[in-house]
Amino acid sequence: MKLLKSTLAVVTAAAVLGVSGFAQAGATLDAVQKKGFVQCGVSDGLPGFSVPDSTGKIVGIDADFCRAVAAAVFGDATKVKFSQLNAKERFTALQSGEIDMLSRNSTMTSSRDAGMGLKFPGFITYYDGIGFLANSKLGVKSAKELDGATICIQAGTTTELNVSDYFRANGLKYTPITFDTSDESAKSLESGRCDVLTSDKSQLFAQRSKLASPKDYVVLPETISKEPLGPVVRNGDDEWLAIVRWTGFAMLNAEEAGVTSKNVEAEAKSTKNPDVARMLGADGEYGKDLKLPKDWVVQIVKQVGNYGEMFERNLGKDTPLQIDRGLNALWNAGGIQYAPPVR
Amino acid sequence: MQNSIGAPKQRLSLSDPRVRAWVFQIVTIVAVISLGWFLFDNTQTNLEHRGITSGFGFLERSAGFGIAQHLIDYTEADSYARVFVIGLLNTLLVTFIGVILATILGFIIGVARLSKNWIISKLATVYVEVFRNIPPLLQILFWYFAVFLTMPGPRAAHNFGDTFFVSSRGLNMPAALVAEGFWPFVISIVLAIVAIVLMTRWANKRFEATGEPFHKFWVGLALFLVIPALCAVIFGAPVHWEMPELKGFNFVGGWVLIPELLALTLALTVYTAAFIAEIVRSGIKSVSHGQTEAAHSLGLRNGPTLRKVIIPQALRVIIPPLTSQYLNLAKNSSLAAGIGYPEMVSLFAGTVLNQTGQAIEVIAITMSVYLAISISISLLMNWYNKRIALIER
Repeated sequence: MKLLKSTLAVVTAAAVLGVSGFAQAGATLDAVQKKGFVQCGVSDGLPGFSVPDSTGKIVGIDADFCRAVAAAVFGDATKVKFSQLNAKERFTALQSGEIDMLSRNSTMTSSRDAGMGLKFPGFITYYDGIGFLANSKLGVKSAKELDGATICIQAGTTTELNVSDYFRANGLKYTPITFDTSDESAKSLESGRCDVLTSDKSQLFAQRSKLASPKDYVVLPETISKEPLGPVVRNGDDEWLAIVRWTGFAMLNAEEAGVTSKNVEAEAKSTKNPDVARMLGADGEYGKDLKLPKDWVVQIVKQVGNYGEMFERNLGKDTPLQIDRGLNALWNAGGIQYAPPVR
Repeated sequence: MQNSIGAPKQRLSLSDPRVRAWVFQIVTIVAVISLGWFLFDNTQTNLEHRGITSGFGFLERSAGFGIAQHLIDYTEADSYARVFVIGLLNTLLVTFIGVILATILGFIIGVARLSKNWIISKLATVYVEVFRNIPPLLQILFWYFAVFLTMPGPRAAHNFGDTFFVSSRGLNMPAALVAEGFWPFVISIVLAIVAIVLMTRWANKRFEATGEPFHKFWVGLALFLVIPALCAVIFGAPVHWEMPELKGFNFVGGWVLIPELLALTLALTVYTAAFIAEIVRSGIKSVSHGQTEAAHSLGLRNGPTLRKVIIPQALRVIIPPLTSQYLNLAKNSSLAAGIGYPEMVSLFAGTVLNQTGQAIEVIAITMSVYLAISISISLLMNWYNKRIALIER
């Protein structure tokens, strides 16, 4: 009997392990629809991108993009659950299936897009670049003056590699101190453990706003790398990838066409623009190809807004961060945000 | 064995307990092996399916990031394999220093707790109860954020005679650089050690033959000081000192103990010493008081009684649990990830894992490293334990 029992246990364990883990095209959408929510990986606290507000609700552009995907799939932007992940945990969480998608200021690079079992759908939430945040007491005006500096970096980021490239290229020396979370890096900058903190520029503004006396710190003018930040999905599920990609593109197209959360319902009923009619489901069945409801773009824009609304709400002029649209303006407004059409 | 004399002949049958035992053993082995194979194969298939690169080829790729503390030369162009070695050495450094300091501190506190002096014994009790009952991660964070990072910046560093500087960047001290008299100096130290060993042997032999004691310690100390000193006078100084100097952002030149290393080592030492103190106390308590009385009645004074009678017997009780404290210290060093000290877990299982995405390989390597470190400590301590164990005649 003992033997039988132990054999049974082994077989059961093997069966459980064997069944789980295979990713197939369509599997993610099916699983998401079955459980009734999107499990979305966001950062562990970055103002403007994803950070809990006073009521515990996670706000930020990364969190809003998760909501947009939920709005596209369910017609309900609240059907999303967040996993707060640090830089080191994020890709493993996605690879292992713990989360359905990652929307956590992650830089798209070739090695991450191939060879790690991940795919970047190609929609870029925020075009960023690395900069330096320095204590103004140091009197440093430019990153070129940072020879011999001690630099706080967040572990497991492309920043670690790009800072090293920059200092090598300019023949400068530095000492890196790497921390797991951005809070630890900020604390170390304040205590003087490092001379400068380096990160994506958007994060520098966010982190400076969290310091005890933000005015004592300056962001140096240089931007030393390209950091296109976007959502990530698991490799091998093209259907889910397309949903995430086109959710982003739909938000850009909506902004371009002047469709906002305020006028989207009216536009959906009475638009004369064929482009808008196709996008909002008044003409044709473009949602069906993506296995989404007909009014998917209407739901995204109504509940989350178009790209511009999402940007201004979280990062723009009226927020503490006050970040300029810059590169993130639409292509016809001086930026490089350009989305292929819905048709 | 079945046909041994006196045993009745039996056929192979499941009712025979020996046959049954064998069958169960074989079935278990087959089950374990096939489960292992299944897990391996399943992982392999899944990795391939998802397009995740596998294998150990990544170790040869260039790492491309900087590291705060490396005991061997390192540049960003070096490979992940070298990063691995650096992480390993940093872990071993903390473990080595921590084990030595914790043992010394633990013995002192343990003996202090048995002291007849009320204040000393109570202070030792408080120490043990406080540090044993606070989780090690909190202690590490405390030493790091509350002690070392609250030090002034490098430009306002505490200055000890222009040689030692304590700041939020750590402890800067002069570096000993090899000078012309270095190798003769090393040889002279070896000679001094040989001389001390020979002197001790001679003194022991004389003591056993005649009973006359000899001042081994003082003569040994003299030998150890005089021979290298003479050598330094003849061949010139063995090292010259490079002083740390404030230049730009930070100190340049000299050696630096980074605050991450100091905080981690100190926290682990203080934490583990509390456990070692209790082990030492229990070891000494386990030797019956009759042993002391017997030694005294043989005419031994207090010192020799402790050294020759009590401690050798106490060590037999102390060593086995001491081994597990050493193992704990080695494993607790992985908590350094919280303060950014570049050891195995934060450097290799953290940064390298994230840059390469090869979780399975990196974690497997990291686990084998801790297994290897732990087994080495165990083997060493077991060997020592066997040496001092009671030899029954």
